[in-house]
Amino acid sequence: MKVDQLSIFLENRSGRLAEVTRILSEAGVNIRALSLADTSDFGILRLIVSDFDTAKAKLKEAGFTVGRTSVVAVEISDQPGGLHNILSTLQEAGINVEYMYAFVQQSGDSAVLIFRFDRTDQGIELLQNNNINVITGEKLYTL
Amino acid sequence: MIYDVKNETLPREELEKIQLKRLQALCERVYANVPFYKKKFDEKNVKPSDIRNLKDISLLPFTKKQDLRDQYPFGLFAVPKNQIVRIHSSSGTTGTATVVGYTKRDIENWGELMARSYVAAGASANDTIHNAYGYGLFTGGLGAHYGGEALGATVVPISGGATRRQVLLLKDFCPDVICCTPSYALFLAETGIEMGIDIKKLPLRIGIFGAEPWTNEMRIEIEKKLGIKAIDIYGLSEVMGPGVAIECEDAQDGLHIQEDHFLAETINPESGEPVAPGEEGELVFTTLTKEGIPLIRYRTRDMTKLNTTPCKCGRTTARMMRVTGRSDDMLIIRGVNVFPSQIESILIETEGLSPHYQLIVERHGNLDTLEVQVEVNESIFSDEIKNLQRMESKVMKNIKEFLGVTAKVKLVEPKSIARSEGKAKRIIDMRNKG
Repeated sequence: MKVDQLSIFLENRSGRLAEVTRILSEAGVNIRALSLADTSDFGILRLIVSDFDTAKAKLKEAGFTVGRTSVVAVEISDQPGGLHNILSTLQEAGINVEYMYAFVQQSGDSAVLIFRFDRTDQGIELLQNNNINVITGEKLYTL
Repeated sequence: MIYDVKNETLPREELEKIQLKRLQALCERVYANVPFYKKKFDEKNVKPSDIRNLKDISLLPFTKKQDLRDQYPFGLFAVPKNQIVRIHSSSGTTGTATVVGYTKRDIENWGELMARSYVAAGASANDTIHNAYGYGLFTGGLGAHYGGEALGATVVPISGGATRRQVLLLKDFCPDVICCTPSYALFLAETGIEMGIDIKKLPLRIGIFGAEPWTNEMRIEIEKKLGIKAIDIYGLSEVMGPGVAIECEDAQDGLHIQEDHFLAETINPESGEPVAPGEEGELVFTTLTKEGIPLIRYRTRDMTKLNTTPCKCGRTTARMMRVTGRSDDMLIIRGVNVFPSQIESILIETEGLSPHYQLIVERHGNLDTLEVQVEVNESIFSDEIKNLQRMESKVMKNIKEFLGVTAKVKLVEPKSIARSEGKAKRIIDMRNKG
């Protein structure tokens, strides 16, 4: 139930992000979700893409430092309290969220949340036991 | 004024006689007491008795900084440990640090030579000396301190740092002399202005500046901003510490080498051959009187010229011109010597870091800054900011701890450090440029 997330080290100077999107576009790779974490000197770009292996290979070829991280994708209904319900469940079980980001699906009334937990497997188990819809990588990549 | 008229104004022939006698005795001592030198002499097939005149010094082997590192910590000491009364050391991790030891007599000689230096700079026993060189393993602080006491002056051992307090004490104690790095002197002047204290208006008269290279333009700026005479002092811990050579206030034209204690040569750094008199070469010192860790033909890596024409101050000793550069890659950051190889070993010892790095040195205002750029490879990369920042601060802390210099660590993308002819360019020194 884990999802592969591609992370890329970026220096904080103009044109670097565009360089990544250029490479992905030329490789025909679609970006499903993204988040950018930044400091004054550098940033970390996190992506969920349609084709992880191709994206990783092309970016490495271009000299980027890339990594693979297992994250968890959850689908919730797009309404007040949806996120809070999940976070309080996690909190009670003592599972830490290292970071998260979200996007709303264009087609329907649900949102997808991407989580990075300190304990990924326990996190997935806990969410499933609480009837929260954890979605697979395959589903996410082809959304 | 001259502190030791007899020894500082010897006719050259007489000085050279003393040097030869001391050199011969030195060769006997190191050959008998330091296995490293016995081996080196034997390899060159030279015996102490082969030294018949000063020119014969070219028969002797060189000593390099790496030799001191290889013999870490005490391998080059020429006396039993119980005769050593003090240890000083350069910064560095184990294997890159150099260690020197002093006997009681070495310490006395050093004090004497520093006293000579103070007087050459225009100071006297009636003066108060504000000593802002760092105290500790670095030779600057204690060297200037004991020299001041040997002279009979009053020493304020303030050491480095706490700049606002330094300015206050300059106002309250009214010292006549200040010892620090030239860039710190300018920083003090600026801090004084911020605090409403104009150092120029204080009784301070003389500044003795060393431990980092500076230009004549900087001297003019210091003299104007602090209202003092700025004197250049030279020294290095391997040879002794501060006081190996000093400018005289009379001429301010070259630094008088204390030649009765240190035999100076200038050589071609590539071939090791002596350069013609007056030509620029790498400065090489043989310590004629040192007991703890005497060195034969120590390669300073400092490039300079020697001038043996008589000086108007009356001293007959050779003068070394301002050091124009280095024949190796050593950097001097705020008075601290830093070798790229030391940074490299810190990076390697920090888990997972690849040694693709570059050092950027800049001067902001009057203070030097060091930035260490490290390429991020997959083994240290993390998708979490905090992990990368932890890495940065760990490297920063290790550099501070081992080298005593504050550096900014910046993570950069792979291959962003320019490689020329396959070899990375390690240093970008932006100081004294534009």
